[in-house]
Amino acid sequence: MIESTCALRHNGETLAEKAGNRKGRSVIEFETVAHSYSGGELLSDVSLRLAPGSFHFLTGPSGSGKTTFLKLCYGALVPTSGSVRLFGEDVRTMNRDDIALARRRVGVVHQDCQFLDHLSLRENLALPLTVSGQEALDDDANLKELMGWVGLTARAEAMPPELSGGERQRAALARAIIMSPEVILADEPTGNVDWEMSQRLLTLLIELNRMGKTIMIATHDLGLIRAAKNQVQARVLRISGRRLQLAGADL
Amino acid sequence: MSAFQSILDFAIGDAQAERAVPPTGFTVRLTVFSAGAMAFLVVFALALSLAAGRLADRWSDELARSATVRISAPSEQMAAQTEAALNVLRTTQGVQSARALNLQEQRDLLAPWFGPELALETLPLPQMIEVIETAQGFDGDGLRLRLAGEVPGAVLDNHARWRAPLVAAAGSLRLLGWLSILLIVLATGAMITLAANAALAANAQVIAVMRLVGARDSYIAQAFMRRFTLRALGGAGVGTLLGALALMLLPSASQEGGFLTGLGFQGAHWLLLLLIPVLAGVVAFIATRLAARNTLRSLT
Repeated sequence: MIESTCALRHNGETLAEKAGNRKGRSVIEFETVAHSYSGGELLSDVSLRLAPGSFHFLTGPSGSGKTTFLKLCYGALVPTSGSVRLFGEDVRTMNRDDIALARRRVGVVHQDCQFLDHLSLRENLALPLTVSGQEALDDDANLKELMGWVGLTARAEAMPPELSGGERQRAALARAIIMSPEVILADEPTGNVDWEMSQRLLTLLIELNRMGKTIMIATHDLGLIRAAKNQVQARVLRISGRRLQLAGADL
Repeated sequence: MSAFQSILDFAIGDAQAERAVPPTGFTVRLTVFSAGAMAFLVVFALALSLAAGRLADRWSDELARSATVRISAPSEQMAAQTEAALNVLRTTQGVQSARALNLQEQRDLLAPWFGPELALETLPLPQMIEVIETAQGFDGDGLRLRLAGEVPGAVLDNHARWRAPLVAAAGSLRLLGWLSILLIVLATGAMITLAANAALAANAQVIAVMRLVGARDSYIAQAFMRRFTLRALGGAGVGTLLGALALMLLPSASQEGGFLTGLGFQGAHWLLLLLIPVLAGVVAFIATRLAARNTLRSLT
């Protein structure tokens, strides 16, 4: 496998050079990964290295395995075969505490934006700090700054059910980055928002990438990918027929 | 970190972690009620066990060192035979003291059956002699032979015939009390496990979110364990208090009432009540810990 921003191998073919990747330590690494559910194999022979600071889109039809791929990226699933390494450590050798610690380095934004409905937005955003043993109050200034950055200052005390789709997506993004993770994984982050809001979210993600974060966005919204074309150097990966492929030329 | 510090930290808890797990209605009530009810029952089981223990101890210790000589003789020979029996007893090795019960003492013994107004003088009652043994005791068979030879109407009763089954019964009752406590503790553990499982299942989404943001399973489990331990502690505290009040309302021990009115705590035994809520808390802690560990392991 070739170290790269995005090194792919499909049917023995290495796509890294074609992708023109930068050299660097990989934050997440897949090696001939396969994953099966009871219904059959969903992913097969997936090899990939994500370098720090890279930006990726992950596309594919519904049910192709995008969410499964992302779950493998943050240790929520263990591959059926092959190996997934998070920050250099094989998930199969990691215990639950190791996985939990690794997740503090990976911010995840889900399409359905899971929140704790009995906590206010501010408390939800501070949850990663709380569970990691940090005093959220000490980080209150950071929290306010973060809420300002995603435009939710006025909604700090709102409860999650009171938030609109766009607000929930921005809140999920804020929660994902409050621990200043190295990697941000977003699963259909614009699935429930209008075009304007999706552009706003994309801008926030691009800003994070410029701060050095590794970004991967799973989406079937080709408009979003095109919109990113002029703003960031990104790779587009596609899951098709259980395999991971490099889709088209670099953006 | 010392065990005390760990317990203190657990008791103080993490307010933010507490907030993360939402209060779930029916499991709160189930845990508090079952812990309270079980604590109430434990108070009585403990009282029963301790009272039975006291009874067994008394019967086996106090009565073990006493015996009775009963003299049945025509009234004109009664005084002579009594004196003869006392002489035999005074010269028997192992007898610390021997004395004939007076009329009033015999009346007191019979009063529970015949009432206080019994005219003993009109009844052909045997004369009773109370014998207290030394620590070494006497040779019962030898004494019987001597009495048979010198006092024809005397019968020695060292209480063994009726004392042994009573002591055994009291011992069984004490064991039954402790067994009841064990069963109550196990039932409490089972109920709290059910409640904890229900709470964990109801909060699967909360657990998923907490894991997503990097919470360790031990952190998640701790939040549930603390909640259920404190609920059980509180419920058991109330149950114990009510049980103690109910015990205090029982009629006080009296000679006529016998065993039942002696059902209660004496002296330092009251302090044992303080252990009941603690025991409930420990049971809840262990039950929730096991439930959380199993549930978190099963949730991917």
